[in-house]
Parts: sequence; structure tokens; C-alpha cells
Amino acid sequence: MKVLVPVKRVIDYNVKVRVKADGTGVDLANVKMSMNPFDEIAVEEAIRLKEKGQATEIVAVSIGVKQAQETLRTALAMGADRAILIVAAEDIHDDIEPLAVAKILKAVVDEEQPGLVLCGKQAIDNDMNATGQMLSALLGWSQGTFASGLEIDGDMAEVTREVDGGLQTIKVKLPAIVSVDLRLNEPRYASLPNIMKAKKKQLDEKTPADYGVDTAPRLTVLKTAEPRERKAGVKVGSVDELIAKLKDEAGVL
Amino acid sequence: MAVLLLAEVTGGELQLDATAKAVTAAKALGEVTALCVGEHAKAAGEAAARIEGVAKVLVAEDAIYGHRLAEPTADLIVSLAGDYDHIAAPATTDAKNIMPRVAALLDVMVITDVVGVVDADTFDRPIYAGNAIQTVKSSDAKKVLTIRTSTFEAAGEGAGAPVSDVAAAGNPALSEWVSDTEAKSDRPELTSAGVIVSGGRGVGSEENFKLIEDLADKLGAAVGASRAAVDSGFAPNDWQVGQTGKVVAPELYIAVGISGAIQHLAGMKDSKVIVAINKDEEAPIFQVADYGLVADLFDAVPELVSKL
Repeated sequence: MKVLVPVKRVIDYNVKVRVKADGTGVDLANVKMSMNPFDEIAVEEAIRLKEKGQATEIVAVSIGVKQAQETLRTALAMGADRAILIVAAEDIHDDIEPLAVAKILKAVVDEEQPGLVLCGKQAIDNDMNATGQMLSALLGWSQGTFASGLEIDGDMAEVTREVDGGLQTIKVKLPAIVSVDLRLNEPRYASLPNIMKAKKKQLDEKTPADYGVDTAPRLTVLKTAEPRERKAGVKVGSVDELIAKLKDEAGVL
Repeated sequence: MAVLLLAEVTGGELQLDATAKAVTAAKALGEVTALCVGEHAKAAGEAAARIEGVAKVLVAEDAIYGHRLAEPTADLIVSLAGDYDHIAAPATTDAKNIMPRVAALLDVMVITDVVGVVDADTFDRPIYAGNAIQTVKSSDAKKVLTIRTSTFEAAGEGAGAPVSDVAAAGNPALSEWVSDTEAKSDRPELTSAGVIVSGGRGVGSEENFKLIEDLADKLGAAVGASRAAVDSGFAPNDWQVGQTGKVVAPELYIAVGISGAIQHLAGMKDSKVIVAINKDEEAPIFQVADYGLVADLFDAVPELVSKL
């Protein structure tokens, strides 16, 4: 079974985000970029399936700016077999919407015919949490979202999902989309020899036009603003003082 | 303008708080029709009819909707979509599963986690873990959105709206339910609790989390956890508050042994009063706390429990 893993290049998890003074977006110039943490988990899961003999080939795909090839090289260094980069933007500030991404991925799926698509549940930049579900809809496939457990069993996959009240386990018919949550696994670090080897792995470059997909956004960003700032309050010296403040000043006890 | 609002129904029961908060956002867009879906959904429909601002209730009862699998529920919503300009839902894990699927089937973009309705086409939503708020204007004919409930007040009780049944749509039979592992608890639900006590990595172990639970029970509060505490195995994931967990806005939020990573702040900084207890006085959590206590939590929390 071939596994397709879409990965996104996003601002590094540890970088403090700054809103541009003119309100046109978030400043990404000269900022450390990394693979979306959820996508790392998806890549790791695909590699584990391959190590268990359940996956035969892992294809990593990224849609975005040309620099996303670094993200794909990371996936290749972790253990993906080959990669496809779809250059859909020139400016790093141009985010391709999940609907357009899903349409491109659908075309890639039609070409590659994977038995499973493993993706992150959300990207930590736009926090949309939509691409996996949208791709699943466009393909008419089943979806197992927010997965914290995955077992492949013949032509079915058992997916344990993180839901509001606890956990839900469902069986999805393969081929399927599984979007992964944080607790599924802990991604490995790529070793230096594997980073070197990854440079020689196949990385094809395409454009949305190659797949006949229009990536024009449906949502126009009118402005991007700082969230309402919360001011630091006071330090209290003791538990007694804390209780007194909560009772008398804040009135919440 | 007409709005179809997917009500939050779990095990046949209406989740009133989440649904009523979403109604507040939805009624700014037009006349609200609440859709209750489930194997059993009649009682939920009756309850939804009593929310102020709900003009009509549709009930879709069928065994195929028993466990809110995304594919049949999305197909049902698409079958009803023709009559509505907006299709909305509270941003619960169920809706996050279903609504992007609905949007793609309708060939429109989904707008998730809406925190502000500017006009019928324009919405505010947080990005980058709430470090920025984006205002987006949709050019799609239909708008599909999920509403972050923590930013809206719950709609009150109304005079009652008519309830009618709708036929089930087809069952694509792509997935089947196996089991639910529900965290049974007598404590209030995290997203609707008035008081939340959360523990972080500083709590140190699953056993020590009992301290957090004791304080919560003393206050009649829900228990939360930071991602660090969940990752370390101290607390179950459904307690997670933050960018990748639940977003809460209680009257009182007590953060214990939580350093205050931006991903955690994203989930709780709209709380009315924030208390932080941490032995590291440099911890970023103090920058958002109304009341900070620099103390060892293993001394301060038992003392708090005994004196409350």
C-alpha cells in the first residue's frame, strides 16, 4: 500500500509571531520555518507502517512556495521515499486555502493511487483544521480525523479519535484519509547519514496548472490584527491574600 | 438570509451551552433553523426549540446518525443546504470533523473558529494560536462556518419554535462506529464550566494531578491541563486546554504549575479572572494572570483546599 503524506512549511512552533504594523498579515521575513508539527507526526506514522510491512512506499507532497522543498527534504530524511513539490505561491506570505490544497491533492491522489493519505489535523499557521476533511469529501473517501491510534486491518483501518468527551474508535474503509493528532506518536529525528541520503531522493516539481486547479482564494483577508492584550495583574504574597482578593476584589469566589 | 445551524447533539441529548452560544452568533446572520441529528434526536429538537433566536427546528432521526460519523451527517447537511445562505455549527470536535467536509462538497471554503461576525460575508477568526486575529471576507455563495463558543454569550430561553422531521439522506457506508471511551465525570464540562483548575508539567506526575482535582472539586470546577501535562501522561487529552485542545473562557481560571506557552494561552486568555500559581516567578503565565502567587504548588494548593 502506497501512503501519501501532505506536509506544510509553517513558522516554527517556538517562534513568537508578530503582526505586521500595517495590518496586512504576520511577518514571516527572516523567520525560522519548519514542518508543521502535526505533519511530522503523519510522516512518522507512515514510516512506522512501512517498518511494519504495511506500507510499501511513502510519497511526501507539499504545496506552497519553492522553499517548501526544505520541508520535503526533512520528510525524505525522516524516511519518505520520494517527494512532490507543487509551487503554488511566490511570496511566503501567500497561504493557499485548504479548499485549493485539497483540490490539488485530489489530483495527486488520482495520479498516485495511494491506499492511505496521512495528514496533520491542522496547520499551526492558519489553524483551519480543514484540508483532510475537504480532501476526503472531494475523493468520496472515508475520513478518520484527530487520530491518536491507527491499526491497518486488511481493507479497513481502525482509527481511535480524540473527541470532546474522550475517545471514539471507528473503522474506515480503505482508501481513506486519516488526520493525526498529537498523541499518535513521537516523531523521530533524521540522522545525519539519512539527511545526506535524502538529498539524492527523487523530488519532482509541479504547478497547480499541471493539475488544472485554480488556487484563487475564496476568502479575502481584509486585515490582520493583534489580539486584545491582557495586562499582567498583581502578585500576591500568600494563599490568604489570594483568597481575599478573589473574594473581595474579583468577586469570583 | 437564512441560517442552518447544526446543533450539538451527543447521545440523543442537546448540548445546550454550546448550541445556545452558536445561536447567538448565527442569529446575527439571519433566521436560524436548528438541525438536530442523531439516532435519537427528538428530545434534543424539543430542547433546541426553546432557545431564544431559533425560528425553526429540523430533526433527522435515523440509526445511521447514531454516532455522528462525518460522512452521512455531511451528506444530510448538503441535502438541506439549498435553502440556506449560511451553514454554521459550534466549533466542537464533531463539527470540526463534519463542516469542512460539507464545505468541500458545496465547493466553498470553510471558515472555522469564528470569534466575530462583522457582516453576512465577513468574519473574524484567530490564527497562529490566537496570536493574530484575521478578518476575512468570503466571496462564496454559501458560507460554511464553525463558531468558537467561548467568545459568545449563550442565547436565553425563547417562546418555543416549531419542530419538524426531515428525511435521512443516503448512507455512504464508508465508516462504522466501534466504541466510545467516554471520560465519565461528575465535574462540569470544560468548555461550559464557570471555574477551571488546570495543571501543567510542574505537577510532576499523574498521581500528583489528584491535587489539581481536589482543588477543582472544592470549587465545583472542571479540570484542565496544559499540552505539556498531557504529553507527559499526567492527564487525559480531553482535558487539554490550548491551541490544539479546548478553548475556554470561564469566570475563573486557576493555572497551577503551568509555565504559559503561547499554545496554552491561546486556549484560556479570554477567561475573566486568571490566577497563576508557579514557583518560577519568571514564568510567562504571570504576564496574563490577574493574580499571581509565586509558590511551590505542593504547599500552596493543599493550603488553598483547606482554607476555601
